[in-house]
Amino acid sequence: MRKNLAKAFEFADTQVFRRAALPKAYTDLLGRKLFLLLLTIQGLGAFALITLGVMLKKTSVARNVMGPRIRQEIARAGVALMPMFMFVAFALGFLVIGQTVSALARVGATSYLGSTMVIVVVRELGPLLTAMLVLARVGTANVIELGTARAMGEVEALEALGIDPVHYLIVPRVWGMMAGVFSLTVYLIIGALGSGYLWAFLQDVPLTPGDYFKQLTEALSWLDFALLALKTVAFGFFIAIVTCYHGLAQPLRLEEVSRVAVRAVTQGVIVCLLIDALFILLYLVA
Amino acid sequence: MNENQNPAAIEMRGVSVGTMRDTSFTVVEDVNWTVAPGEFWVIAGQQHSGKSDFLKMTAGLMAPVKGSYRLFGNETRTFGEAELPERLRLGFVFEGGQLFHHLTLGENVALPLQYHHNLSAGAAAREVQSLLDLMELAPLADVTPANVAADWLQRAALARALVLKPDVLLLDNPFRGLGARHLQWWLRFLDRLWRGHEWSGGRRMTMVATTDDLSHLAGWENADRKFALLRDKKLIPLGSWRAVEATNDPVVKELLAMPVGATM
Repeated sequence: MRKNLAKAFEFADTQVFRRAALPKAYTDLLGRKLFLLLLTIQGLGAFALITLGVMLKKTSVARNVMGPRIRQEIARAGVALMPMFMFVAFALGFLVIGQTVSALARVGATSYLGSTMVIVVVRELGPLLTAMLVLARVGTANVIELGTARAMGEVEALEALGIDPVHYLIVPRVWGMMAGVFSLTVYLIIGALGSGYLWAFLQDVPLTPGDYFKQLTEALSWLDFALLALKTVAFGFFIAIVTCYHGLAQPLRLEEVSRVAVRAVTQGVIVCLLIDALFILLYLVA
Repeated sequence: MNENQNPAAIEMRGVSVGTMRDTSFTVVEDVNWTVAPGEFWVIAGQQHSGKSDFLKMTAGLMAPVKGSYRLFGNETRTFGEAELPERLRLGFVFEGGQLFHHLTLGENVALPLQYHHNLSAGAAAREVQSLLDLMELAPLADVTPANVAADWLQRAALARALVLKPDVLLLDNPFRGLGARHLQWWLRFLDRLWRGHEWSGGRRMTMVATTDDLSHLAGWENADRKFALLRDKKLIPLGSWRAVEATNDPVVKELLAMPVGATM
């Protein structure tokens, strides 16, 4: 309850530093930025651990309330974004994959098609693009909703009712984001690979559908499936943590909510890129 | 068991209270105060005198800066998971309601019941409906707070605080901004609740309410309520309504909307 939240921002009340006047010397400014960065990392880390703890400890608490809340968040971060993702998948297929296929066909390198597609779409573009779009569409809404709820005293009201705000507000969003990013990535990859071939077919590239999909399946290994699942779940988890942390764990005034939303999205992008880099290392090592 | 043998519902010794934003900045100091089970206390004070922070500390939403706070005989600072049963014996009505804006009024009232008893919306419906009927809120059950007038939001907040049938009800400035009809309803309802409402099985409820306008409470002059004043960071017990009327304290006179020096 309050102790959970207090732990997350007691050590990382960055608003004190952000509201302070700008220092005169560059070195002081640099020092402040560095200090803020360390506080943010500490706060995010603490918040992630607290959320994980609550997720594990309270799996059986208030299931009749939490079940519909989680389903609602999965619908918001997944099902509701399906039309947009279908459009993006077809656009990605036409713009990137179709051109890659026809370029490879022109230089007679169609045998590399499978591995190129797997690296570009399955490993990188699919998960990262999905994460960015979910961050933009749902992550910003998280910060604004939670920031407003906090500024309007709704979080205090939950505590007064003996309801853990991390359990009631954060856990469903984390499950929703993890399920949403994973499912949408799968749809995006399937849609992009399909529409990519359609574009290549329209350009008379000499490649049968059978050959195209055979190359793709041969280029895919069990590791791709395992790491794709892990990566997308990690993206979903950390997008939810970063956006919820900025919305909930910081004591906000109403006028600060929009500024904090921008900061949360920026940090969300950076966190996703860092996770992506980590998975590239894993691919290289494995 | 004799009620006198029960521990005090609320007991404070040397308590200092900070603010929600900065707990190191004290707004009330050195409070020595006891609320016996079944008592009704009204804490009066001007705006920004620290009434809300004092009540939030009493509700365990923040720890006292110093001193000893015992709730139902147990030393309390803030509530963790282990203290959940004690927490649920307290109901809190925020000033302005602080309802959840993503839920309808009916869902707001149902949430604590569903969450703590793991009930589906259908299973909690009968209990919630009876409370909504009691508060005359049934026609607004499916409306979200943004579309409801403030008077009704305050009633919904009361229903939400009562749904778990608490032993102690804390009300932060509940009469503020109410229209005449709603004010009369609140005064009557709280009186019935305190004396033992049939809805709660006739059980007497301990209450603490804050106010910045004592003139609202003139109709309560014959009841055995206790009054205290928050002034200059101190909680000053005043006694009964007669003592409130009799005092020459200029702040009390102001809260009674009377000119200083006048008597009632």
